Amino acid sequence: MRFNLLLAAVIAFVVLAAGSVILPDWAMFLFAMALAKGLVCLGIVGMMRGGVVSFGQGLYYCLGAYTATLVANNLGVSDIFLLTLLSSAVCLLVGMAFGPLLSSYRGIFFAMLSLALSMVLYGSLSKMSFIGGTDGLNIAAPTFLGWAPEGRPLQMALYIYVVAIVVIAGVLMRIYFDSERGLLTLATRDNELRVEYLGASVRNVMTYNYVFGAVLGGIGGTIAALALGHVDPEFAFWTTSGEFVFVAILAGSLSVPSVFVAAIILELVRSFSNLYFPNTWQLALGIFLLAVIVVLPKGLGSLVSRRKGSPA
Amino acid sequence: MNKAVLEVRDLQKTFGAVTAAQDISVTVPEGAVYSLIGSNGAGKTTFVNMVTGYIKPDSGLINFGNRNIAGMAPRQITRLGIHRSFQIAQLCAELTVEENMLVADAIHGHPGPSFLRRAHNAEARERALATLERFHIAEHRDRLVPELSGGVKKLLDIAMAMAGETQIMMLDEPTSGVAADEKFPIMDLVMDALRSAGVTVIFVEHDMDIVTRYSERVLAFYDGRIIADDAPGEVLSDPEVQRYVTGAPA
Repeated sequence: MRFNLLLAAVIAFVVLAAGSVILPDWAMFLFAMALAKGLVCLGIVGMMRGGVVSFGQGLYYCLGAYTATLVANNLGVSDIFLLTLLSSAVCLLVGMAFGPLLSSYRGIFFAMLSLALSMVLYGSLSKMSFIGGTDGLNIAAPTFLGWAPEGRPLQMALYIYVVAIVVIAGVLMRIYFDSERGLLTLATRDNELRVEYLGASVRNVMTYNYVFGAVLGGIGGTIAALALGHVDPEFAFWTTSGEFVFVAILAGSLSVPSVFVAAIILELVRSFSNLYFPNTWQLALGIFLLAVIVVLPKGLGSLVSRRKGSPA
Repeated sequence: MNKAVLEVRDLQKTFGAVTAAQDISVTVPEGAVYSLIGSNGAGKTTFVNMVTGYIKPDSGLINFGNRNIAGMAPRQITRLGIHRSFQIAQLCAELTVEENMLVADAIHGHPGPSFLRRAHNAEARERALATLERFHIAEHRDRLVPELSGGVKKLLDIAMAMAGETQIMMLDEPTSGVAADEKFPIMDLVMDALRSAGVTVIFVEHDMDIVTRYSERVLAFYDGRIIADDAPGEVLSDPEVQRYVTGAPA
């Protein structure tokens, strides 16, 4: 079974990485951004499996992006691997600080508290003129273990890096979802009382999922900042977090690849509806989401999952 | 008489003006089968809830394994060996019967649930199947909980509670919601499984036929107090018990 997963990961990497040769620049950028955001959404899906939805993943998306930018600008670190590692470490620590607090809440309280935390960051960054205020900061192009590509090679390298991270994160999350801890998360969503009376801590289950979401959010934010070359407080704004929830609902919690497919679909729908209906693209997006909810209430993942009675 | 496995001393609990437990003291020997009887609101479930950590007593001691467990969290008490089932079976409705058992198995496995080990691994599935077979519900293993009958749900609830090192099993109305003709077969199955595992059993029950047939000792509750603590025949013939609990003529 693990061999099948590994094989699927290799195939996914080869197919996605082939995009670096085939895709035009604009599409490669769009896919890279979609996959980076997909990482953040994968974290939300992990929480959804436990029965909660974070409306504040923009917190970690923004935190990761700012950490990478500040480290690059102030410490002169440009290596993409190091920047990703540092920003995910910061998000891990912040996630570990907030996770135990948030894990006591459910439903709308969890959603609103997570949203509040991201808006606190948004408000704080907007007022901090020494790190750009509402204008944000620019970040220079990254290097790859000493290699400093420019132009299309840079875009290709960044794209392949995103694909590699997505495949690794996807495999790890699939292993987690299929593990004993993963099943415990589904049980927690279903019946917390039973889980506690079997001797497990529901709070721990929720905290782990939150912390994983934080790390994935940080990695996604780092990649997005490097792809854009710019970061601003909008990364933590509630509409950004709402977009992540949108993708998570679109994907459902049954399948890992569906999260990235949903993220790509969202980016495509948004880009093309923005192009063809510049004043009403949000309307087009809303109609699209409604259609998916009506036709596939358990998300895109339900098209491929064989699981019986699984969570939406 | 075996050594005491559970000692409860002077347990008190009030909810506002209502006294749910008053001077509850009881000593349960290892391997015994106790039943708790009483009308609704007499304090039976409150007693079970206090022992299993769902409710914190206002005062009193609950000694188990040389430590006072009063006020501990349910999961800590479960880890120590006091397990329970519920009046309304507490199951994971979106999981199959087998997956419900796998959850219980994963929690009690060594060294606890893993992030890497597959939940559906062969050994765990084998253990789950063995437990389901012991409770005669293996044929339902691929079904979701909402598709099950009341009796099967009860058995699954108890089977899950049996996972791990159970020393005391507290069953809250194990036959409620079960068809009349299924009550004795279910109790036979449950009691056989518990006795063969050497587990001490405390169950809440309204059906006096079941109380008489399966328990060695009966605690009769009335108004938050224990009004009788003796063998079933003695308790059920006690005039006070007949007046306040069974309703049978004295």
